[in-house]
Amino acid sequence: MKTTFLLNGETVTAEIPPTETLLDWLRLTQHLTGTKEGCNEGDCGACTVMVQDDQGIRALNACILFLPQIAGKAIRTVEGIRADDGTLHPVQQEMVEKHGSQCGFCTPGFIASMATAHATGVTDFNDQLAGNLCRCTGYAPIIRAAEAAASAPVPEWVAADKAALTTLPNAALPTSGDELAAILTAQPNTRIIAGGTDVGLWVTKQMRDLGPVVFLHACDDLKQISIDDDQMYVGAGVTIETLREAIAPHYPSFAEMLRRYGSTQVRSAATLGGNIANGSPIGDSPPALIALGATLHLRHGDTRRTLPLEDFFIEYGQQDCAQGEFVEGVAIPLAAKGLKVYKISKRFDQDISALCGAFNISVSDGAVTTARIAFGGMAGTPKRASHLETALIGQPWTTETITAAHDALAQDFSPLSDMRASADYRLTVARNLLTRYFAESQGTLTSVLEVQP
Amino acid sequence: MSVNRPSPHDSARLHVTGAARYVDDIPTPAGCLHLAFGQSTEAHGTITAMDLSAVRAADGVIAVLAAADLPFENDVSPSTHDEPLLATDTVHYVGQPIFLVVATSHTAARKAATLAKVDYSPLPPIFTIEEAMAADSRFEEGPRIYSRGDAQSAIGNSPHRAEGVIDMGGQEHFYLEGQAALALPQDDGDVVVHSSTQHPSEIQHKVADALGLPMHGVKVEVRRMGGGFGGKESQGNALAVSCAIAASMTGKPCKMRYDRDDDMVITGKRHDFRISYEVGFDDDGRVRGIDFIHYTRCGWAQDLSLPVADRAMLHADNAYLLENVRIESHRLRTNTQSATAFRGFGGPQGLVGVERVMDQIAHQLGLDPLEVRKVNYYAEMESPDGGLSAKTKQVTPYGQEVSDFILHGLTSDLATGCDYAARRAAVAAWNAENPVLKRGLAMTPVKFGISFTLTHLNQAGALVHVYQDGSVALNHGGTEMGQGLYQKVAQVAASTFGISLDQVRLTATDTSKVPNTSATAASSGSDLNGMAVLTACEAVRDRMAEHLASVRQTTASAVLFEGGVVRVGGDTLTFPAAAKECYEGRVSLSATGFYKTPDIQWDRIKGEGRPFYYFAYGAACSEVVVDTLTGEYRILRTDILHDAGRSLNPALDIGQIEGGFVQGAGWLTTEELVWDDQGRLRTHAPSTYKIPAASDRPQVFNVALYESDNPEATIHRSKAVGEPPFCLGVSVLMALSDAVAFCGTAYPALAAPATPERVLAAVQRVRGLA
Repeated sequence: MKTTFLLNGETVTAEIPPTETLLDWLRLTQHLTGTKEGCNEGDCGACTVMVQDDQGIRALNACILFLPQIAGKAIRTVEGIRADDGTLHPVQQEMVEKHGSQCGFCTPGFIASMATAHATGVTDFNDQLAGNLCRCTGYAPIIRAAEAAASAPVPEWVAADKAALTTLPNAALPTSGDELAAILTAQPNTRIIAGGTDVGLWVTKQMRDLGPVVFLHACDDLKQISIDDDQMYVGAGVTIETLREAIAPHYPSFAEMLRRYGSTQVRSAATLGGNIANGSPIGDSPPALIALGATLHLRHGDTRRTLPLEDFFIEYGQQDCAQGEFVEGVAIPLAAKGLKVYKISKRFDQDISALCGAFNISVSDGAVTTARIAFGGMAGTPKRASHLETALIGQPWTTETITAAHDALAQDFSPLSDMRASADYRLTVARNLLTRYFAESQGTLTSVLEVQP
Repeated sequence: MSVNRPSPHDSARLHVTGAARYVDDIPTPAGCLHLAFGQSTEAHGTITAMDLSAVRAADGVIAVLAAADLPFENDVSPSTHDEPLLATDTVHYVGQPIFLVVATSHTAARKAATLAKVDYSPLPPIFTIEEAMAADSRFEEGPRIYSRGDAQSAIGNSPHRAEGVIDMGGQEHFYLEGQAALALPQDDGDVVVHSSTQHPSEIQHKVADALGLPMHGVKVEVRRMGGGFGGKESQGNALAVSCAIAASMTGKPCKMRYDRDDDMVITGKRHDFRISYEVGFDDDGRVRGIDFIHYTRCGWAQDLSLPVADRAMLHADNAYLLENVRIESHRLRTNTQSATAFRGFGGPQGLVGVERVMDQIAHQLGLDPLEVRKVNYYAEMESPDGGLSAKTKQVTPYGQEVSDFILHGLTSDLATGCDYAARRAAVAAWNAENPVLKRGLAMTPVKFGISFTLTHLNQAGALVHVYQDGSVALNHGGTEMGQGLYQKVAQVAASTFGISLDQVRLTATDTSKVPNTSATAASSGSDLNGMAVLTACEAVRDRMAEHLASVRQTTASAVLFEGGVVRVGGDTLTFPAAAKECYEGRVSLSATGFYKTPDIQWDRIKGEGRPFYYFAYGAACSEVVVDTLTGEYRILRTDILHDAGRSLNPALDIGQIEGGFVQGAGWLTTEELVWDDQGRLRTHAPSTYKIPAASDRPQVFNVALYESDNPEATIHRSKAVGEPPFCLGVSVLMALSDAVAFCGTAYPALAAPATPERVLAAVQRVRGLA
């Protein structure tokens, strides 16, 4: 498969199998060894590169980025971030001056992430760099460097790359849902690759042969977000990062949870459709969407159907999705006022949830009128807490109701113990999250993230 | 003078441009082959059949080797020859290498390695401390015991008593660069090995044994590692030996690097410990007698476990005078990865034991834990040049005099600087108003012993060349893993010659330039190698001075090397001019240097002597906030004051302190190793094993150096700084304990790592709910 893109300002064409990663291509065939392999699964950021296209500039993990995913885009590796005359980029200069590197192995990835943040002007560096692990410095000097470089001018090559994008040929990829549907109808066992943040690991870790694959990132119609009166329609190809920005004005708690979904690099690649279609019991978007009563849109050839999202998840590893059928989008009701989403993990940033709870509760005249509550990490699928909902609806909104409702959760869930948490912890915290929701509604401070030193 | 001043890491510019080369970045000659291990899937068992035909038939496979195919020694142990490169008939843990694949690419080797059909006859595995104790599965014949005074009767005669137990987990190094090696075949069967190792001489030794060569047939080179932390002291042996054997057999360059998951499954980690204790104390919290039992899970092979467990015992006192003390240490053999060196080398585990005791005493007496700590401190060093009066002469549980103690002054400065007393009151007031969230505050000290406890390792060599253009090339036995050793050593050389840093070039550590080196470990890198380099530079400088002086009818002692020039008998020569003049005067401009640490001797069986040349000190104060509904927490603020002696490079030392603290806090909080009941490590990638991320560092993070010359004659009166600050992470564990204690009256007895789950469990205990 031929892929043409800009690499550090030069147009290049690579002809390699579609499931070779950008990282391997850079290191093994281009001998650009600045970009490092730290984990080969998108969790450490040592392989971070800067990617620019008509949507903007993002940092992505090259270790789980297949080459066709960058067709027509501009890539900058650490080797291409300083000026041609050798002048260091402001983030490079400040990293030297602030002692931001020790062993130096994570540094190229940090530089790529920092140069990306610098180019886009964002300054929430803890979030921008949450996907870059450093084992030496304790991060303090790196953040100091990022802050010190923030106000320096953006190098000219950023704009030059953008201008050069128009000179690149179109990739031979499906560009619409119709084309995708046709491909999947013709060859129903084709594997869909959207962001590749999950499927990438099938290649790098499980060393699986994926068989026929199709990439959907060029299908612009699958990347649309539209709002009519009371709902937002989000295309399956919308990235988590784009969803986070779009959903924030409506559901700040949902957006805050998505801030902690993966890392910047992962959110910029991963799609909402992928997070649903892979059927993971620990995907973080389904609990919130189920609590909101979201509707899933599926397409099979020319046939479309919709179903409540919770019905899509049948049991662990099994979804209501035929071979050749694909997720087209999700319709999210926008009227829920009381939505709170709580992600619980060992580490706040870039960690897979031990459990994730979403509470959509309405209270009127001191009594619960509606309750839709869903959890991830508590069962083989993302699942509603039906007994808990029943125990709340119609009851007065009081501590006594909350306490009395706790036991219902044990009827809803029998969670597993694993390396993330024990069954006991999951069940106890699921109960306590209801307590948290109630305490928050009474104005009590409940989030350690809101406490200042 | 370029010493005692901040300057960037020597490779900083290479790091930020991606130009710094690590083993996997070195351009390889054509035809380079790639290696991967086939691994045991059983924790304990006998291999009854191994069918490798599918492995051999896989794409790209050149050769497959099992134990019987190895030409000479089948051993990669750093200690007692109990660690075969490839399992012979018995496997001892899940992940143990059992065969070696040589293929045309890294991916081809990895793929092929999964294709073997291996039958095992299972043997009963031993995983837990209880199982190991019950089976008497251990290293050494029985527990090591160090004692002083009479612990049991002192405890019995004390007005107050307490007992308890603390479990603390191990820790994955998570060096960002995984283990890697590259072997290049040479003339006459010799081999050159590039290895990501802290211990080039050991790689040389193991490779020589594996190839049946004298050590002079093997040259090992290390320019830099992408992190080490102790994880590259012995764990690189297997890769380097494999590459050397495969290169020798095929005549091709051979490279091996572990995929991250393989790295975590195969290699050793920090030892996990259980420490039980019984203590007697008075009304002020002063300890009268204390008894510790250490249970150490060492994994399947001995590796470095004995000195690690020893060092834990040697830090059982931390900063506290324990006059009646007994420490019993069990080194348990289990069917898990062979635990290995990790920053602190057992010291952190040992001192967590006594810090827990101090915390619990304070809780029981209702005292401020800092006051209890201070009342137990050793006496302060009385004069700047050391030496205590007989009245206050105090010794450690192993009989070493503590004559350089500075924690009274240091703690007082830190407490004042971070407003400890007022903030403690503010925390209590805040907690009274907040039912769900609780703050906690704790200050903990560290006293860390500096020197290898195996005395003969405390030596180092260096080689310095001054070229006729005045440029200086240096080599020494230390390795660069990010700590800035090369920069510090270059600073020493530059100041000795009175020249600027850019005139000095450090060359890659190389066993053919400096032989018989010790591992860069035990925080000793700059102490040992700095002194060896100083000696070498002084030798050349003295020869230069003598020649330049004799030509000008003056004395060598009147020659000055400073500011980039040499002043001699009224002449001022640039350093290059002086070098050229000496070269033309037929002066040898090359010298070796050697250093051995003075005054140390140690009997590890008796537990008596002076294992440490000196102690390094520091203290940290951390404030946290805990969610009592979920156990989640944040570090709000940490203030650190740390003793690096007269710092060789304050910027690099502060980097070690910040980084060491965060790594130590990670060990005690989110970094959790989980094995399942089959002995399989379930946390074998960053997706499941959580080292601190950027937002996990303290929101407010103040780090400063405590100005205090080392009373011992170390290199420019500096102190070692690699490991001690790691122990400051203990302040976070104790602050979490403090926060949880606000939930009720019981003692939290918080175990480590204090994941949100363990914190919540402690909250429930304190509330009487569990």
